Amino acid sequence: MTLHSAKIGQPVSRIDGLAKVTGQARYAAEPHPAGMLYGFIVNSPIARGRIEAIRDEAARAVPGVVEIMTHLNRPHSALSEKSYVDGLGVPGSPYRPLHDAEISFNGQPVAVVLAETFEAAREAAMRLEVDYERWPHNADFEASLHQKYMPGKTRSNYVPPKSRGNAAEAYALSPIKIEGRYHLAPEHHNPMEMHATTVIAEDDGTFTVWDKTQGPQAVQAYLTSALSLSKDQVRVRNPYVGGAFGSGLRAQHNVFLAALGAKMLKHSVRITLTRQQMFTHVFRPEAVMDIALGAQPDGTLQSMIVDGVTDTSRFEHNMENLVIWGLINYKCPNATADYKVAPRDTYTSSDMRAPGAATGVNLFEMAVDEMAYACNMDPLAFRLHNYSDIDAMHDMPLTSKALKEAMQEGAERFGWYNRPMAPKSMRDGKELIGWGMATGIWDAMFSPTSARATLTADGRLHIATAASDIGTGTYTILAQTASEAFGIPIEMIDIELGDSTLPECPTEGGSWTAASAGAAVWLACQSLREKLFRTLGKSGNISAWLTEGLSNKTTVLQDGFLQDKGADENLRLSLSEALSLTGQDRLEVEETAKPGLRGTISQMRKARFTHSAVFCEVRVDEELGIVRVTRLVNAVAAGRIMNPKTAASQVRGAMVMATGMALHEESLMDERVGRFMNHNFSEYHIPAHADIPDMDVLFVTEKDKEVSPLGVKGVGEIGMCGTAAAIANAIFHATGQRHRSLPITPGD
Amino acid sequence: MTDVSVASPCHLRINGQSYSADLPPSVTLLDLLRERLDLTGTKKGCDHGQCGACTVLVDGKRVKSCLILAVSIPDAEVTTIEGLAPDGHLHPMQQAFIDRDAFQCGYCTPGQIMSAVALLEEGHVHTREEIREFMSGNLCRCGAYNGIVDAIEQVVARQQQERAGEAA
Repeated sequence: MTLHSAKIGQPVSRIDGLAKVTGQARYAAEPHPAGMLYGFIVNSPIARGRIEAIRDEAARAVPGVVEIMTHLNRPHSALSEKSYVDGLGVPGSPYRPLHDAEISFNGQPVAVVLAETFEAAREAAMRLEVDYERWPHNADFEASLHQKYMPGKTRSNYVPPKSRGNAAEAYALSPIKIEGRYHLAPEHHNPMEMHATTVIAEDDGTFTVWDKTQGPQAVQAYLTSALSLSKDQVRVRNPYVGGAFGSGLRAQHNVFLAALGAKMLKHSVRITLTRQQMFTHVFRPEAVMDIALGAQPDGTLQSMIVDGVTDTSRFEHNMENLVIWGLINYKCPNATADYKVAPRDTYTSSDMRAPGAATGVNLFEMAVDEMAYACNMDPLAFRLHNYSDIDAMHDMPLTSKALKEAMQEGAERFGWYNRPMAPKSMRDGKELIGWGMATGIWDAMFSPTSARATLTADGRLHIATAASDIGTGTYTILAQTASEAFGIPIEMIDIELGDSTLPECPTEGGSWTAASAGAAVWLACQSLREKLFRTLGKSGNISAWLTEGLSNKTTVLQDGFLQDKGADENLRLSLSEALSLTGQDRLEVEETAKPGLRGTISQMRKARFTHSAVFCEVRVDEELGIVRVTRLVNAVAAGRIMNPKTAASQVRGAMVMATGMALHEESLMDERVGRFMNHNFSEYHIPAHADIPDMDVLFVTEKDKEVSPLGVKGVGEIGMCGTAAAIANAIFHATGQRHRSLPITPGD
Repeated sequence: MTDVSVASPCHLRINGQSYSADLPPSVTLLDLLRERLDLTGTKKGCDHGQCGACTVLVDGKRVKSCLILAVSIPDAEVTTIEGLAPDGHLHPMQQAFIDRDAFQCGYCTPGQIMSAVALLEEGHVHTREEIREFMSGNLCRCGAYNGIVDAIEQVVARQQQERAGEAA
């Protein structure tokens, strides 16, 4: 049987599937070096203050306890705050674990018990006694709003809002207005795999660090800097990551503490956070957006005023692109927006799937629905009426925007055109039925990325890049890319990811990996094929047909064989035969995909986004207020789709998370102690099987050669943007009741 | 307070192999599998019986291994994802999960598969709604729920075809 090359665009099943369904895939907490110690973190129960005393006699008395590491006895780590700065670019003073006696947030690690067994470490952690001096704190978001500010130095990816026209005056003159405060509760990422690190102390004094991260090279840079180690002393690996959704963008304290313990004891160490401890670090910030919209009676938007605030800690200034999305996506002559952050005594909020847009797009799209109703217009017709073909905020053309097509195809698939306009007009028994829609938008980004391609004596192609597959399908789409670019069946390709020693790749996130790593692999494979042809051409011992074919450029490499275009199939050469003819045992290239001059100019002149149109049906129990999402259709315009099977899963997965945003997810602060109190899965609800209907994802045709070398835009975030609003808008249509705060409980 | 130095006898059959050791009573079946037997296919997602990632079969029934103390089920037959199919083969449910893209990150997957295999035995697979209801103890944060239901239906359909074939 001849194996055939795969192509970009085919629905190939995940190549890492076998490892995952058999339990062979190893995640961060799963290597088991001999003699490894277990670390268990002890967290501060207060939000602000200082440690007065640590009494560890009872804890040390637990059999199997080896050491209890605190700020008093820890080994040397970097003193300067600058040494703890990571690649995310959050301005401020990064948290330095176990640095000193000061407590800045509830849940802050104050000690790590290191013991021979997990049970001993956990037991000793419960017996450790710590006395605190308590200082006043504020963990109440509402109260923190009085202290909102604009950071002097902004986050590196922050896009400042840009005003146009005179929004205040236009609003005052608009005959139809809506105005309101919209709110999103804080959310926790809650990947199924809890954050964990296994540090293997190697015989040569180096450390191999298995960490749950989205960026092995970023963690390596952080550890070498914060622990004053040299680059060749630390290797970070993350071949499998049990979900992350942004929680692995920054090095979390587990990796620092595990490495600190390993450095202290010159021993292998594992730290796994508990599910409760997963609520002691990163979360999606709580947000408010004051939105005012003005329109003409015919539904023409006249003014948009957006004023948004998200929360941050006292020590860092986390920022989101919260307020810009409506200004970019809608044609409206007058618009203005303002953004600030509000500090409270918690850990620093940070990026969770579609940061900024998940909040900003959904809340804005809820306001747009209100405006459509104020104008007595169908919400889809209202959006088409105010459609912008450009980035209206920057007055810049776009590389592509097939949102109109997405709206139309999505509406047809859903059956939107039969929708009665009036709320509360559909019912089935005691359930009210509502249909809502919204649109979504997210950046289409491309970052310079390197990849290595190696042909080995057995005729296999090895691809390596320091990308991370956090469930995104990266292994599979890179294999497809290599298969098509080189001309070799997928079965003959090995993909190596998740290792800081591999060619440079940015931290996985923001939907840029498919476009970026994909382009790098494509380039490396084409370059390797040229090198193979070149090297073969120079070697004297090849057959006449090949000599002729190479010089006439009629030799092709397909399905893993070199042959002459259109020639007899018997005249072909396998890759291992070809390599042996070159006299070398391997051929290797490394290439870096960059925007180049044309790409750089394009990035300055044109904006680039993915778009979507989401349609939703809900059923609301009139007496009990229980909401069931019964249908979801998402039409996505995301350029070229590398693998419709894994891409649809990406979009569906985000729609599930957005369903949580609309209906379930809310981290509840106990303001007295400054701690998120529902820190487990029975009190912090994420959608379960029974909450999720069959979801219909369709990709509309969007040819865009300019957005990235392969025409790819990425699909990791777009499903978050718009879906929660579509659900909220459907609830209004079902009940006639407007909710401006997510998650929604009808009747509230 | 528990005394971690006390040990009690533990006898189990795990994936067909007999296992005997003296263990502190606080060791859960999950931690025994993961930390002492290197059977890391069974995952820890919450340690509180709330997520289902640690689902294994005990005497053929699906249980959450984080809620069972290893010494409390003497002579039980434990099946984990590693023991679901003989070496080099896949259980039809494992193949169906690959075919229907029923996972992304793969972390909840062994628990979903073990739960789904038990569900087939329980017979609660008549409709997609019923499958959803009886799989709701297994959370998936990647949101692969549609694919998981598809995979279970694929296996159910093949079983029905096989039965129909046998009957004919």
